[in-house]
Amino acid sequence: MDTDDDFMSNVSSDEDMIQDDSDNEVSGDEDFGFDDEPDVYIDSQKDVEKKKAAYEVNYKVYQPSDVQKQQDDLVNEVNMILDISREEAAILLRHFRWNKERLIEDYMDRPNQVLDAAGLSQSSVRELKIRSVPGFACDICCEDEPGLESFALKCGHRYCVDCYRQYLSQKILGEGEAARIQCPSEGCNLIIDARSLDILVTPELTERYHELLHRTYVEDKDNLKWCPAPDCENVVECAVKKKDLDRIVPAVACLCGHRFCFGCALNDHQPAPCELVKRWLKKCADDSETANWISANTKECPKCNSTIEKNGGCNHMTCRKCKHEFCWMCMGLWSEHGTSWYNCNRYEEKSGVEARDAQARSRISLERYLHYYNRYANHEQSARLDKDIYHKTEKKMVQLQKESGMSWIEVQYLSAASQALQMCRQTLMWTYAFAFYLARNNLTEIFEDNQKDLEMAVEALSEMFERPITSLADPKLKVEIMDKTSYCNKRRVILLEDTAQNLAEGRWTFNTDLIGSSSNGGPSVRR
Amino acid sequence: MTSNKRITKELAECTTHPPVGITVTLPNDSDLHTWHVILDGPEDSVYAGGKFGLVVKLPTEYPFKAPTITFSTRIYHPNVTNDSPGNICLGLLKSDKWKPSTRLASVLESVRALLEEPQPEDPLEARIADEYRTDRKEFEKNARAYVQRYAKGPVKFDASSAGPADGNASQPGAATATATATGSGGSRT
Ligand SMILES: [Zn+2]
Ligand SMILES: [Zn+2]
Ligand SMILES: [Zn+2]
Ligand SMILES: [Zn+2]
Ligand SMILES: [Zn+2]
Ligand SMILES: [Zn+2]
Repeated sequence: MDTDDDFMSNVSSDEDMIQDDSDNEVSGDEDFGFDDEPDVYIDSQKDVEKKKAAYEVNYKVYQPSDVQKQQDDLVNEVNMILDISREEAAILLRHFRWNKERLIEDYMDRPNQVLDAAGLSQSSVRELKIRSVPGFACDICCEDEPGLESFALKCGHRYCVDCYRQYLSQKILGEGEAARIQCPSEGCNLIIDARSLDILVTPELTERYHELLHRTYVEDKDNLKWCPAPDCENVVECAVKKKDLDRIVPAVACLCGHRFCFGCALNDHQPAPCELVKRWLKKCADDSETANWISANTKECPKCNSTIEKNGGCNHMTCRKCKHEFCWMCMGLWSEHGTSWYNCNRYEEKSGVEARDAQARSRISLERYLHYYNRYANHEQSARLDKDIYHKTEKKMVQLQKESGMSWIEVQYLSAASQALQMCRQTLMWTYAFAFYLARNNLTEIFEDNQKDLEMAVEALSEMFERPITSLADPKLKVEIMDKTSYCNKRRVILLEDTAQNLAEGRWTFNTDLIGSSSNGGPSVRR
Repeated sequence: MTSNKRITKELAECTTHPPVGITVTLPNDSDLHTWHVILDGPEDSVYAGGKFGLVVKLPTEYPFKAPTITFSTRIYHPNVTNDSPGNICLGLLKSDKWKPSTRLASVLESVRALLEEPQPEDPLEARIADEYRTDRKEFEKNARAYVQRYAKGPVKFDASSAGPADGNASQPGAATATATATGSGGSRT
């Protein structure tokens, strides 16, 4: 499944309609200290500052300098409270996975044990410097030539400088280890302090070392995650915990425009919970043979059998040869789709037909899967095509300006439409994975209606969007597109709100377990 | 280059004062990075009377990177893969645990200690670990049968000829160098 592919090239004005700007600033810092705070985000009533939509979560986006400052502040604070050096404060904080409260409490109780455990043994603090010691033989490389330069950590374990450097290089460059590099001596768990490192390593190693240290701050904290977009250095803070992922889908948007799930770091997959997504993606990968067949880019016209290639996001297909109009998804007549409610989004369970023998049952279950997969894959593909179109949108906008005399601002509605299309397709795509695991109850009908409404709106917008420039110049169409764009966004919010509310209140019944046995969507290690 | 002095010293120590039940040889004089080790099954263990071949590979970064050790003789043990070559799970060889000051002699002694006392909590063969915990008699019977079958003849270090039952179980890339001086890919001077 292509997941890296859906970065929005630009999220701006339109985003604000859905993602209220102030979301990024709700909840003061004190809410986000360290573990164990109550789950404020689930229960919107408790959030006195503002009534939040059920599908939204509180989060903040930090830039690298913010993250550095947070670390520095913590180090300074501990440095002052415990009256230890900044260097030691940093090591202790890392040892306590940046849980300042626990560090201070533990340190007050039993300072020596804490220092020992963190590798900051107080005993024998020697002068840290490189020198040659008469009669010294390095126990690692076994060199013993006179004048051999050596170094000893606070624990007194002395090795030649070359060995220390090679050891550190192996740890830092080879293993990406930084915060907890121990003394190279067998059985000694002293952690090499920053001062010794400054003495021992070459500048390019120091750089990588500090980079790795910087990363541990984010990787050690459950409420922080790197934005997974390539080349993005931002960090998102969100209080949603792993255990809550069966009740909430924490979609967040980075300042770079990338929308992703805080729970599993995949692209935003609302309304489907992380565990369903994981299962669905696995199922799709396992069934890739079928999936490949299904997601093929070409189909045959149901009327004249000539091959038709899908080249835009719209599902309204018109055969070039016979002019037959049909729906790409169900291959049914388009005329039946456009006017009234259509059943393209719902798999009609063949009620009454008891499939007794295993073969028929498995065929039905495959058909059921294919039904949902087909629609999922279709929206995924369309979202991708729509994105290509978005890249072309700029060109289109330039052309339209020439054609119609509209200003750059006046053609922005095309960009808004393009963004809405992509975001709605992304949501629609996951509604089908969601529906696949959904067991029928009295709520499923509302869900399917919402899905249908959104789907129809999206198809309509997609179709308008693909009209030739000449007709786009028509001011009437512009109004129509703008209306449809805001309608699509509205329908998306309605759908998300309904699913999120029911999820938070545990009212959905799934035909699979939502408690992930080994879901490790943990912090993705990058670089 | 820098590691040769260390390796030479370790080799000398292991051959002049070998640890109990351990015999070290260098199959190819020009390659300090491949050792052949014969491990005598500890007397008070089910492996008593067996001789087990170990192939020790020292990476070029040794001692900053841990050696790799494989059983060229098949062995029935919770912490050794039940194939040939048998991979071994040893805590101190893991990259986050390995210390460059650790000597091969003590690594080999830990391997031998593992034969005396298997660690079923951290198994490579879950089935054998289960059996060890729940049906010790059956485990001992099987382990002894393996000793009789594989660990009695002359010790072989070539995985593909390690035993009668599995001529082709060797994994690509894990095949060990034999005493014939071919393919000195790892030799450094
Ligand atoms: Zn040295
Ligand atoms: Zn030490
Ligand atoms: Zn980002
Ligand atoms: Zn997720
Ligand atoms: Zn046709
Ligand atoms: Zn259809």
